[in-house]
Amino acid sequence: MARAISPRRKLITTAAAWTIALIIFFPIFWTILTSFKTEAQAINDPPLFFNFDWTLENYSVVQERSDYMRFLWNSVIIAGGSTLLGILIAVPAAWSMAFVPSRRTKDILLWMLSTKMLPAVGVLYPISLLFVEFNLLDTRIGLVVVLMLINLPIIVWMLYTYFREIPGEILEAARMDGATLKEEILYVLTPMAIPGIASTVLLNFILAWNEAFWTLNLTAANAAPLTAFIASYSSPEGLFFAKLSAASTMAIAPILILGWFSQKQLVRGLTFGAVK
Amino acid sequence: MSLKSTLRAATALSLITAGSAFADGHSATITIATVNNGDMIRMQGYTDQFTEETGIAVEWVTLEENVLRQRVTTDITTNGGQFDIMTIGMYEAPIWGSNDWLVPLDDLSAEYDVDDILPAMRAGLSYNGTLYAAPFYGESSMVMYRTDLMEEAGLEMPAAPTWQFIREAAAAMDDPENDINGICLRGKAGWGEGGAFITVTGNSFGARWFDEDWNAQFDQPEWAEALNFYVNLMNDYGPEGYATNGFNENLSLFNQGKCGMWIDATVAASFVTGDDSTVADSVGFALAPNSEGVDKRANWLWAWALAIPAGTQQADEAKQFIEWATSKDYIELVAENEGWANVPPGARTSLYETPEYQAVPFAQMTLDSINAADPNNPTVDPVPYTGIQFAAIPEWAGMATEVSQEFSAAYAGQQTVEEALANAQAIANETMEAAGYR
Repeated sequence: MARAISPRRKLITTAAAWTIALIIFFPIFWTILTSFKTEAQAINDPPLFFNFDWTLENYSVVQERSDYMRFLWNSVIIAGGSTLLGILIAVPAAWSMAFVPSRRTKDILLWMLSTKMLPAVGVLYPISLLFVEFNLLDTRIGLVVVLMLINLPIIVWMLYTYFREIPGEILEAARMDGATLKEEILYVLTPMAIPGIASTVLLNFILAWNEAFWTLNLTAANAAPLTAFIASYSSPEGLFFAKLSAASTMAIAPILILGWFSQKQLVRGLTFGAVK
Repeated sequence: MSLKSTLRAATALSLITAGSAFADGHSATITIATVNNGDMIRMQGYTDQFTEETGIAVEWVTLEENVLRQRVTTDITTNGGQFDIMTIGMYEAPIWGSNDWLVPLDDLSAEYDVDDILPAMRAGLSYNGTLYAAPFYGESSMVMYRTDLMEEAGLEMPAAPTWQFIREAAAAMDDPENDINGICLRGKAGWGEGGAFITVTGNSFGARWFDEDWNAQFDQPEWAEALNFYVNLMNDYGPEGYATNGFNENLSLFNQGKCGMWIDATVAASFVTGDDSTVADSVGFALAPNSEGVDKRANWLWAWALAIPAGTQQADEAKQFIEWATSKDYIELVAENEGWANVPPGARTSLYETPEYQAVPFAQMTLDSINAADPNNPTVDPVPYTGIQFAAIPEWAGMATEVSQEFSAAYAGQQTVEEALANAQAIANETMEAAGYR
């Protein structure tokens, strides 16, 4: 039953939501602002808000020093490849867990999640040795596989929750009409779960895009994505905050734009199934 | 998008990925791992000339310092062979050299003139007399102070001040109303940040980390004196929140005219007198201080050096690059294009004999500071290790970071100096015991 909301309460909620959103967005805003300052203005105390000479110099220096497009392309391939590969594996897995659960399904789900509980650095050496063994160091395919494996538990869990919302009777009906297993998943289940799959894809794309442990530790010159691009502007001896900010802005811009355009699906997917 | 087309797209993408992975093979290209310091960036700008001269292409991988250490250590220990040259420091060179992880640089050409490398740098980058890394630039630490504020205060900075004088000068220059702190020093946790600074401060008060049998010495009066002096000095005349200030934070404060004095890396001299500094015209330099009557000063020794990991397939090409980048000719190349103040300092004796470089205001003091540092004899009482702001043992990085966290907690007022020293004593002794030193 819907509750009546008083205008005053609505005002307070809206104001609170905006305040929280602005606080969360502030670091990104500040990074973008700093990227248009000179190095001296960037560290000015008191901080400068809008009263400085805007400059594009940092962007031109960053552009000149690093091959942005190469890092961007690597990011797209690695984040996109690992997400798609993950979905391909996770859809059948989540299907079986949601519709033909066995006695052990719950345990398997928990066990999958437990792999996320180990700090990444704990398996740095085993993974590195495997990469050396299989000649995967500094290759995109290697990172696609590693990031896919890291995000797979989340993908399976998300899809599993979405699939659970779909009545099993619909699939049964399809089976009675003579649909094969493949047809059942492809033409009946998937179209119904599209919002869920879309938000899973988006969320995992963002997670893979931002992943900054494996992408830094397993790459050198060829497969380094935008995380390495940002890291290369951090300096122990010297103040390069403005250039670092310009590099950061360039790295987050694509994902920010993607998130902006797909926010409707993202929100819908994330709240899908929350209200019963 | 239907699942079918998604499938097709995914397959296509995996194929592209796999295809380009195989196309990545390279022949005469060397890969160099480095940090984002001014001199390194400048070197990247000149690599085209190296490629022109030798036909060897160069790929740069620039990383944040701590990531670089982790990355490079993993690569060496797993024999990953990702890098042909690595930028390492004075801490790593002897340890890695002794493990045979680095290619010895014992057959450099006569033209390179290896004897021209400053003796302190050469010693610090060698193991058992064999050089394992060539210094690209070297640094010590020294006092940088505001000549105008000093004059106003009616004081004159001696060329070799004591800590007692530093305190007196800090009191005289401290001016909270005008937002000027008497002194700015590192307090940030981390063995290479505040840990390095407090270790050399300890040296200059006659303290040491270990006695000759690897027993921790934080329970000795010298450490109490050093740490209390530092904490009182900073609480009285230092900036707010100094417990989290490192090199960059202090550089920022000094450049904005908010510090009377700053004791830090000599390489900062070119920054505080450079374009981004508001006080560039009024900076003086002096040797790092000592406590009265102690003949060790609070100056460290460090070098960013180029080394070749043992796993490389292109040792000859890598050696060629190192000879080029750390040569006298490279220094002249930079001087010609960007002026003498911008050449990589602290690596070669001949640089300090060049009349043009002698005219650079901080040149002599940098050399004097480097010469005043002796990694084989860093403390008043004998110690079982080499290194000044660190001990060249593998356990150091972890242990010293923990100890410096205890100290930073004391700076922030979360515990007393006595508690911090007691905790440091326990950490150091436990680490040494676990590692089998004692």
